[in-house]
Amino acid sequence: MENVPVIHVENMTKKFGDFTANDKLTFEVFKGEIFGFLGANGAGKTTAMKILCGLSSPTSGTIRVAGYDAYTQTEMIKKHIGYMSQKFSLYEDLTIVENINFYAGIYGLKKTEIKEKTQNLLTKLQLWDEKDKLIKSLPLGWKQKLAFSVAVFHEPGIVFLDEPTSGVDPITRRQFWEMIYEAAYHGITVFVTTHYMDEAEYCDRVSIMVDGRIEAMDTPSELKKKYQAETMNDVFTKLARKQNN
Amino acid sequence: MKSIQVNNIGKSYHQIPALKDISFGVEKGELFGLIGPDGAGKTTLLRILTTLLIADKGTATIEGSDVVKDYKTIRRIVGYMPGRFSLYQDLSVEENLKFFAAIFGATIEENYHLIKNIYSQIEPFKTRKAGKLSGGMKQKLALSCVMIHKPAVLFLDEPTTGVDAVSRTEFWEMLRDLKNSGITILVSTPYMDEARLCDRVALMQNGKIMNIDKPQRIIENFSRRLCAIKTKNMYRLLKDLQGFQKTNTVYPFGEFLHYTAKENDIDMKEIIKYLEQKDHEGIEMREITANIEDCFMELMNKN
Repeated sequence: MENVPVIHVENMTKKFGDFTANDKLTFEVFKGEIFGFLGANGAGKTTAMKILCGLSSPTSGTIRVAGYDAYTQTEMIKKHIGYMSQKFSLYEDLTIVENINFYAGIYGLKKTEIKEKTQNLLTKLQLWDEKDKLIKSLPLGWKQKLAFSVAVFHEPGIVFLDEPTSGVDPITRRQFWEMIYEAAYHGITVFVTTHYMDEAEYCDRVSIMVDGRIEAMDTPSELKKKYQAETMNDVFTKLARKQNN
Repeated sequence: MKSIQVNNIGKSYHQIPALKDISFGVEKGELFGLIGPDGAGKTTLLRILTTLLIADKGTATIEGSDVVKDYKTIRRIVGYMPGRFSLYQDLSVEENLKFFAAIFGATIEENYHLIKNIYSQIEPFKTRKAGKLSGGMKQKLALSCVMIHKPAVLFLDEPTTGVDAVSRTEFWEMLRDLKNSGITILVSTPYMDEARLCDRVALMQNGKIMNIDKPQRIIENFSRRLCAIKTKNMYRLLKDLQGFQKTNTVYPFGEFLHYTAKENDIDMKEIIKYLEQKDHEGIEMREITANIEDCFMELMNKN
């Protein structure tokens, strides 16, 4: 992890009418960092993610993602990030290779480059025998691992992962995190949301949103110290309980 | 008589088996968990038991009634909360509750005591449309609606999936209360840590039950010695332990890695020495008791 900020957010606010979904969020995420973005349902995580991905414009504040401005350079942001979620990842009616070609093509990779990188990926994931199978015929765990590989295929500076391991079996969930570690090790910044509190412990730093604001942000061990908690689950409960009642 | 009895149930979709020879019984008043990831067969099983789907093989009874022959009886005495939010979004909180009471020929007044603890929390918003509720409140309304006809058996399909950790805890507290009122509950979840909140659980994977027991007994039956290990650089630690010749399994678990050895031969001194040679700093290692997720993964590796 290097001390170079790739996400810079200062007083980011997003309002929908009278409702303030994001209230003056301020944080930085660094190159190669695994940043856990936690919060209760309805705390404002999705709203913030959409802005950072260039899909929604903020009401006020200064936001730069991968060096680009979130008001005026959203197309450049989209080119320089990767994204995957549990709900939408790959096209079910296309084969593995077709999905890779499709995404790589969208990001403007050259044909020769796509060919070479596809071969490397199929070898790494041991998917040579399945390469012409439709995505819908694959087990969920494989789909998610492949979806992650496709999301970082164009070597983005940042990858956004929205509950990537929801419903995935425990062994595959861990293999998935190994891929995250590896990506971060190679300098890709990982911005991830999850409801599995053990996964919060795998992050370099974690922020916890409550009611549209960032209530706490630090390394998992510092957060546990500060809130005198045994686990991240306890930290989360202490912070988010307020909001739920 | 068991509240739920399942005998050799099998079900395939287009030749792909979703459930393979499933058998188990649930006692009256028991809180029973089906624990497993997506694709384990949990939803298929719940749909068969609630008479919404017919099995290819096997039989099942709910409170002594057959799920095929006596489906009309069963539909009157069970409550079923499907995985997807199933209330009428355009009706208010109160209208939803009245609707569900009415179709079962019940009234809110006669069974209010059953849902009082849950419903009173959302009653201040009773004129609000269900679609405008927060996630936690939707759950409370759904649970109220599924309870208002005083079912003998409650089926809940992944009620806590996608729900934050705090709301999950609250939801399980509500289930405990319902169980204490004598109702049988069959609940499915992909969150392994929720197993400890059940009286008994079935650990499911790929259409099969890998183990079925009290959570405490499953943990006691974990067959290997298990260690938690931590150093300053966790990714490198994972890679180094994967490369260690005596390693059987090594998996991240929160801030530690959980480690088992081939032949169950854990020599802590030897491992620490190996890690020191690999320049690890801040090495912590201790023997621990398994949790349900360790057990689930051990069973997956055996199968």
